[in-house]
Amino acid sequence: MIAVVDYAMGNLRSVQKGFEHAGVADVVLTGDPAVVRVAEGIVLPGVGAFRDAAANLTGSGMKDVIVERIAAGTPFLGICLGMQLLATIGLEDGEWEGLGVVPGVCQRLPGGVKIPHIGWNTVSYPRPSRLFDGIPEGTAFYFVHSYHLLPDDASCIIGRTEYGVPFAAAVETGSACAVQFHPEKSSTMGLTLLANFGKIVTEADRR
Amino acid sequence: MLMKRVIPCLDVHEGRVVKGVNFVQLRDAGDPVELAAAYDREGADELVFLDITATYEERPLMLEVARRAAEEVFIPYTVGGGMRTPADIRAMLAAGCDKISMNSAAVAAPGLITQTSRQFGSQCIVVAIDARRVPGSRRWEVFVSGGRTNTGLDAVAWAEEAERRGAGEVLLTSMDRDGTEDGFDIDLTRTVTRAVNVPVIASGGAGELEHFAEVVIEADADAVLAASVFHFRRFSVRQVKEAMAAHGIPVRLQHATDAEGD
Repeated sequence: MIAVVDYAMGNLRSVQKGFEHAGVADVVLTGDPAVVRVAEGIVLPGVGAFRDAAANLTGSGMKDVIVERIAAGTPFLGICLGMQLLATIGLEDGEWEGLGVVPGVCQRLPGGVKIPHIGWNTVSYPRPSRLFDGIPEGTAFYFVHSYHLLPDDASCIIGRTEYGVPFAAAVETGSACAVQFHPEKSSTMGLTLLANFGKIVTEADRR
Repeated sequence: MLMKRVIPCLDVHEGRVVKGVNFVQLRDAGDPVELAAAYDREGADELVFLDITATYEERPLMLEVARRAAEEVFIPYTVGGGMRTPADIRAMLAAGCDKISMNSAAVAAPGLITQTSRQFGSQCIVVAIDARRVPGSRRWEVFVSGGRTNTGLDAVAWAEEAERRGAGEVLLTSMDRDGTEDGFDIDLTRTVTRAVNVPVIASGGAGELEHFAEVVIEADADAVLAASVFHFRRFSVRQVKEAMAAHGIPVRLQHATDAEGD
């Protein structure tokens, strides 16, 4: 079972249905940390403010469970805000503690370009990752964000996008991966990515 | 590289798409969600569902369209028309749409832009502006209520105010060009793209393939929107994108297959 974490940060039906269309079965929306604890895969989506999201995750006990399961090797996929939350610190309207899974900060995109960054933008691959299996380098995905995750160690970056400056569009560290764009809004190639995550979960479960 | 977007608009009345559609192989060609999914397969970057009746009675039908689209359409979509209050907008976003577009309601109560962009984020608040040129001038006025009422507002100043209040995008329709198929209004679009720093979607007047590239190149539009040329299958989304690409405009072409075209 893949648990899509519902923590009152945006509509998650597209994420769940996206998995369904991608042929990934047994995907549940849940706000219950006990369900997430026993899931074979965890998806953290989310749209909204870093502070509210971090507070919701901490208050519900979800944060501890997610951090614990990632450390234990459970495949994890963060989407958009769910990627930013992996940072140690979020710098949106103050300074807020994130999950600390990816050492680094979540900060505002630099000026000189239109903010938020809205639309389809291409992703290049600094290194190969199973998450992008069957997705040609240079494929465009749908982004909507004003902040981005800046990892201390760039070696976790598996996807890079240019918007004024290059930034991390996708990261992977241990069993955790995350994307800044919305695969559930990125048409066929986005659904392929969700299917890839489904495969990663299935294979991790077999081991 | 950020792609320029091509956005088909579906006009919805009583839960049905109004303009005749010649997609084949659809179980129900009047179903907005089925059509939306077909446009997704064809390579559309985004969709707009426009409630053209925009009455109180219509709203539950649009909510249902938004809900079903969330389950079957995997590109972003906007719903516009008929929403007057933050509660209306909250309900529509909760139904699953990515953005809402406001027009008359924003003019009547500009605070609605401020409040909802703070509450839900600028990225989901689109302000739609229907503009008509004041004859013999380079000034455009904002019309509301489906183009029936002249507000006297200056369209460029209104776009600037919408941005200041937190609008994430401006959907700019030239009423002079809408329905003419003479091409987008380059002068209007360029004036607005220079005035604001949020993305501008150009609308109104598309009739030829070359019109799309023209408004992007000459007026710096971030996205192009059209309704009838797509519905009547004058050309497909993919054909529009190929024509834009031929001018060196970055567009998303990968795996955009011509689904069920005629």
